[in-house]
Amino acid sequence: MEIKREKVRSALPLDEPPAPSNLRIRQLRARDLLRGELSEEELEQLVSEQTFTTRLDKVLNWGRANAVFPATFGLACCAIEMMSIVSPRYDIARFGAEAMRASPRQADLLILSGRVSIKMAPVVRRLYDQMLEPKWVMSMGACSSSGGMFQNYAVVQGADKFLPVDIHVPGCPPRPEAVLYGFNKLQRMIQGNPDPGWRARYNAHGTEEWAREYGTLTDEAREAYAAAHEAAKQAADLIPEEAEAEAGASPEERTEPVAGRSGRGVGRFI
Amino acid sequence: MPDAAGLELIAAEINERHPGAILGTYYEHDQACLIAEPEKIREVLAWLRDTPGQEYTFLASVHGADYLPAVPRFGVHYELLNMARVERIRVRAAVHDPAAEGGPYPLGEEPLPEVPSITDEWPTANHQEREVYDMFGIVFRGHPDLRRILMPEDYVGWPQRRDFPIGGEPVIFTNNEREVPGWTQ
Amino acid sequence: MSGGRSAPAHGADVIARTSAEVVGTSPVERTGADEAFEIEQELMTINLGPHHPATHGVLRLLVALEGEVVRDLKPIIGYVHTGIEKNCEEKSYWKAIPFVERMDYLSYFFNAQAFCGCVEKLLELDIPPRAKYLRVIHLELNRLHSHLVWLGTSALDLGAMSMFFYCFRDRDRILDIFEMSTGQRMHTRYFQVGGVIQDIPLGFERKLRAFLKEFPSRVDQYEALLTNNEIFLHRTKDIGIVPRERLLELGVTGPLLRAAGEPWDLRKVSPYLAYGDFDFKIPIGTVGDGWDRFIVRIQEMRESVKIIEQALDGLPEGPWIADDRKVVLPPRHELGTSMESLIHHFKLVTEGFRVPPGEVYYPIEAPRGELGCFIVADGSAKPARVHFREPSFVNLQALRDMCVGDYVADLIMNLAMLDPVLGGIDR
Repeated sequence: MEIKREKVRSALPLDEPPAPSNLRIRQLRARDLLRGELSEEELEQLVSEQTFTTRLDKVLNWGRANAVFPATFGLACCAIEMMSIVSPRYDIARFGAEAMRASPRQADLLILSGRVSIKMAPVVRRLYDQMLEPKWVMSMGACSSSGGMFQNYAVVQGADKFLPVDIHVPGCPPRPEAVLYGFNKLQRMIQGNPDPGWRARYNAHGTEEWAREYGTLTDEAREAYAAAHEAAKQAADLIPEEAEAEAGASPEERTEPVAGRSGRGVGRFI
Repeated sequence: MPDAAGLELIAAEINERHPGAILGTYYEHDQACLIAEPEKIREVLAWLRDTPGQEYTFLASVHGADYLPAVPRFGVHYELLNMARVERIRVRAAVHDPAAEGGPYPLGEEPLPEVPSITDEWPTANHQEREVYDMFGIVFRGHPDLRRILMPEDYVGWPQRRDFPIGGEPVIFTNNEREVPGWTQ
Repeated sequence: MSGGRSAPAHGADVIARTSAEVVGTSPVERTGADEAFEIEQELMTINLGPHHPATHGVLRLLVALEGEVVRDLKPIIGYVHTGIEKNCEEKSYWKAIPFVERMDYLSYFFNAQAFCGCVEKLLELDIPPRAKYLRVIHLELNRLHSHLVWLGTSALDLGAMSMFFYCFRDRDRILDIFEMSTGQRMHTRYFQVGGVIQDIPLGFERKLRAFLKEFPSRVDQYEALLTNNEIFLHRTKDIGIVPRERLLELGVTGPLLRAAGEPWDLRKVSPYLAYGDFDFKIPIGTVGDGWDRFIVRIQEMRESVKIIEQALDGLPEGPWIADDRKVVLPPRHELGTSMESLIHHFKLVTEGFRVPPGEVYYPIEAPRGELGCFIVADGSAKPARVHFREPSFVNLQALRDMCVGDYVADLIMNLAMLDPVLGGIDR
């Protein structure tokens, strides 16, 4: 059978591949660069054309958002729809999350797919605690978001009662497209706002698990860790304006306890 | 299904063999049911299984029900099936609630009704009797492993009894958010 | 490895087995050391689940191992217990249908049929022939869907990754058909007490026929991949055999029982709906090992296709829901013109219909076996007790008999071929 391939042309002129002659010029310039034969301003021009600068945490978050490892963890009906996001029609591999991991130690996204019963809740919480930082939770479907239609003695009325949920996908069960959409939202969240401030809301400082044990580190590193931990805790405890106000205030004023916004506790809501 | 007359015959024959075992019968929607004395449920089921001409050898299901205002309060249903003739018969053990007499008991300390277990003769009843125990608090005497099966083991209460509240949480709307003590505050 | 397999043992006689039998085939014995013998006798208890990718949900198994051989096994369930039966008691009959659909989430049409059929029997309500045929079409499509998910996930457990993609590809086509007639992919609430909620739309038949024409060739492809695959045969042949008598004692029904050679299918022996009108066969196995269970389900898919084709050919014209205004919602167009219809509509939606007192047990043949619905009606608009006899719940008791005496790897195969759905087990 003859296979015809048509050239895919992008609508944007910026995405058009450079002409071959252009490529040849760039190759030659790269060779000159390696040989050290470029003059001062030519070098300047080359660097400004071919590199861009950014912050390291931005690159890290970009990488994290596009290589999420979801845990293979099904609870109920939604698990079947969760399985089908891997299937050929929906194909979550397009967003870099097709590597489902059966062990929570290797996963960084927990999809709560289905109702969480009171017998299962401690297990889910434990799985969540076993996942390594950074980690995210997607609550898929009505049951794990709010208890759904099962208002009764056996079902936890919303999984955010016992663990922090980053994103809720509505539906009963949600279509796979909805899960993908929610996943894209989560990716945007990971890139833009990596710290949703839930540790302060849930009073959960000290529950972090790191890939390396403290014992294997040097003393200086351990101190640095502890200092960073303390700083993060203080930063998360304060909402930004109050932190600014505190910084500018005199020591006498600072002794007063910082009240939370509208009495909802010292959390920061996203 | 045995017809209404056949059901009466079965009841009479069982009562002849085991006096007082059958308390009554009813026949509705083409389904036959024997109401049995719970203490003699093993004899009744064994008779239905072993008597030539009956041979209800397959126990399809065991389940409980709570007929709350009625006395006796509980029923344990055994759905028997004869696979050769494709006939079904239901035996209902009418179980009295011992907590009906005596004062109000605190939750989890009420005396529990008892029924002899049939697990040794019908292995399929194992999980199903545990489920009835879990949901209704009916103790199956002689069951090898009578523990809660669906609810957590430390759960207190018998959730599918009619007088057990359904549970859940009140839904908070804007009109009642001040009355409901919620976790949002 | 395969030479070390001890014969599968069943039931109580496993405990009485001497360890010498096992040791005689184990690699440790060859060293001849007495310490090794001591170690061999020690049992190790491991915990599988509730979070385990091969348990098809949140099943937890406590397994006692002697080396690599399973010596005892205890399922611990209840991790998705939802209290659906209690919830149904709080809802009027027609509002309880969405709840029961969420029990066994792979066979939602079957749950709805068991419930609706039970209520119809309590009401002594006859449903029109077109509704019966439409129900049969959707039930059998649902059976295909359920078996496809089973095949995909089971093959995945046995290492055949590509089967998962093929099966989910075809599953999505079935869900498209469901979406066309019911508007939902899963949990459709298409079956009503009295019939089905809507007629099938235009173009449904063409789409369904296209699917039916193609599907048998897909099954051929699955068979080409698996049936005589050497690895698959090694994993499934002669493993997990439980004799037919023992299965009957344990109350096992469905493909597991048929694989052991018992031709018991409620569609055939006590036809409900319109199953009496169709010509189909009941596939049965001979030995009852894992491979028989696999092939029985595969053949069932082919038979289901035949049933759907016959139902489409013979689909009668006429109403798709019974004409009983005390039970069935009046047609939408009457609400604007008829006061009586408006009153009926209002009464049905607010209060629901009343069902005369009585008890009914209504069994149907679900993809996993006998699915029975037991309802106690007390004369009000809400059921006094709803109980489902779930086939997965009862079948799970046979897992111990299948696995004891075999290797841990066979446990995974046995569980896959048992096809439990945890939503059905825990309800």
